[in-house]
Amino acid sequence: MTRRQRKNLIRILVALGAFAVIFVIDKIVALDGVFAGRLGFLFPFALYLSVYIVIGYDVLIRAVKNIAHGQMFDENFLMGIATLGAFALAIYRGANGLEIEGFDEACAVLLFYQLGEWFQSYATGRSRKSISALMDIRPDYANVLRDGSAVTVDPGEVEVGETIVINPGERVPLDGVIINGSTTLDTKALTGESLPQDVQEGGEVISGSVNLTSQIEVRVTKAFYDSTVSKILDLVENASSQKSKAENFITKFARFYTPAVVGVAALLAVIFGAVTSDWSTGVYRALSFLVVSCPCALVISIPLSFFAGLGAASRYGILIKGSNYLEKFNKANIFVFDKTGTLTKGNFAVTEVSPESDRENILRLAAIAENNSNHPIARSIVGAFGGDVPSGYTLTNIAGAGVMAERDGDIILCGNEKLMAQNDIEYAKASGTGTVVYVAHNGKFVGWLLIADEIKDETKQVIGELNGMGCKTVMLTGDNELVAQSVATEIGLTSYKASLLPQNKVEEVESLLAAKGKKDALCFVGDGINDAPVLMRSDIGMAMGGVGSDAAIEASDIVLMKDDLKGIPLAKRIAKKTMKIVFENIAFSLIVKLAILVLSALGITNMWVAVFGDVGVAVLAILNAMRVNSKYGKSV
Amino acid sequence: MKKVFKMQDLECANCAAKMEQAIAKIDGVISVSVNFMTQKLTIDADEGAMDGIVKEAAKICKKIEPDCRIIF
Repeated sequence: MTRRQRKNLIRILVALGAFAVIFVIDKIVALDGVFAGRLGFLFPFALYLSVYIVIGYDVLIRAVKNIAHGQMFDENFLMGIATLGAFALAIYRGANGLEIEGFDEACAVLLFYQLGEWFQSYATGRSRKSISALMDIRPDYANVLRDGSAVTVDPGEVEVGETIVINPGERVPLDGVIINGSTTLDTKALTGESLPQDVQEGGEVISGSVNLTSQIEVRVTKAFYDSTVSKILDLVENASSQKSKAENFITKFARFYTPAVVGVAALLAVIFGAVTSDWSTGVYRALSFLVVSCPCALVISIPLSFFAGLGAASRYGILIKGSNYLEKFNKANIFVFDKTGTLTKGNFAVTEVSPESDRENILRLAAIAENNSNHPIARSIVGAFGGDVPSGYTLTNIAGAGVMAERDGDIILCGNEKLMAQNDIEYAKASGTGTVVYVAHNGKFVGWLLIADEIKDETKQVIGELNGMGCKTVMLTGDNELVAQSVATEIGLTSYKASLLPQNKVEEVESLLAAKGKKDALCFVGDGINDAPVLMRSDIGMAMGGVGSDAAIEASDIVLMKDDLKGIPLAKRIAKKTMKIVFENIAFSLIVKLAILVLSALGITNMWVAVFGDVGVAVLAILNAMRVNSKYGKSV
Repeated sequence: MKKVFKMQDLECANCAAKMEQAIAKIDGVISVSVNFMTQKLTIDADEGAMDGIVKEAAKICKKIEPDCRIIF
């Protein structure tokens, strides 16, 4: 609560208390009877008026000021007119010896109006705060090593190539590479990943994460304005400057709503008065109209819902660049995936060993032969073996066929079909897609290894979920038909396009865009490497593993900070819930307001109902908006 | 040229929309956005006219919501 909010709350509570006391006494002993005579009504009037002034003086002052500025349909002005009108009407009735009513109403209207305003301000403030706390990743200082000692400076003053020291508990101020030490980093604020990450010497550290365990020295690789933390803050701060259709609709609606309600109110008073000659009833009904003339409940609850949606998403490491993208993403029903690095891990790994019973031996033999090579396939074999590779072998490269390893007459052959054929070794032909490596030991075939780009653990589940939501899932890949088909079948994609060159991907997306229906939206998901043009071209571009990839952050509309596909269905759930709540709020507020208008016009309800309805609907819409930012299952 | 200003005490969402409409009408403004939730005012205008526009915008904001201030 800010100071102003606290002050206002106290004022509202005091006025509410005073009002309740006066109201109850009035109902029991009828205050207008306390002083006898025709002017007896002035006593309760004076009491209610003093409460009215305590609670409403600022509304009246603002109303007068805004009139001077030519702001006709200002909410303060309308509230002022409605309540002062009610007072005037009550005095008129009192002066004419009619039954006194309306002092309490006038007072209550302003009281509840202020309560509603206060609640709106409180809810908005809380929502703003929760988001800014979430994004509290800005580093305040850097300890830079200059002339052998650490100097504390602003991160913006550190130049690329300088060495900084990061102590345990400190925030990493700039992107860099560890040159001394190893530690554990907490990247939760950046990626939503709750598991701390271990980094060793030579490993990259990303600004914005927190050093947990030990001191490290880091060589700075990016200036502050270029670093991850600056990019993310920039993105978050500029997010939601793009307004959604729902928001634009509401602001447009608000522009016409107030003048229309005021116009109808005036007509109602005149026509009703002229027809029935009961002017005071006509005016009273018209004043009830003014009470619901403020569109604030609607106008505030919509951006609040979107803001909560964006906030909820960013808690899970999903950055959405504006409420319009959240709105559009809810409609996304064609998901186009880049294969390598998105659906698959983008690395090579041993996916199959045959015969499986001899796995350990085959891997060991292959690792001996491939131990010296830096080729990704060779590394994956050595990695899969995992143990200490026996040494002392002489390795000979046989161009285009494989490797021969020899030690004291012990000969290992490791390579493709050609290598086996050259050495007259009978071998069992491998099945499956990927790169096959055959292994022979002392002239005898031992088995084969299949090396393929590994499918991410979560891919199948995520594709299944998206298919289940009625979405089309398409894979684009440069791989040949055979590989593409086997991957597509395994993970259950709706369709795929194989043998594409990078530039073909844009064409492919273009043709998908051209083929889609008017209500469909196409979302391209890529790892951000070389796919900026496609990300830009699609309805929604989604980049994965955004940390460290500036181009992707800039080109895409949604960034999954963590390299985890489960963010897609999660984002979809958040978008869906947000849009549902936005729609609920629009429909609910409109229906209640309209109902109050109709009922007041018919004289079925009075001002009490109008103000309760108006404030109540605002409070409910705001509470409903808060619901967006609830839990969406465990952090993925 | 795009410039972003922080706004203080922007409490009324409808006022934010009104400010946006009014600022958009100032001569030389290419586009403008008042973000109620983040309390940010983004003005896109020619660099030469910017200072005048910002002054005008500040006046408009004060007119519509007297407590609201643009922080330069």
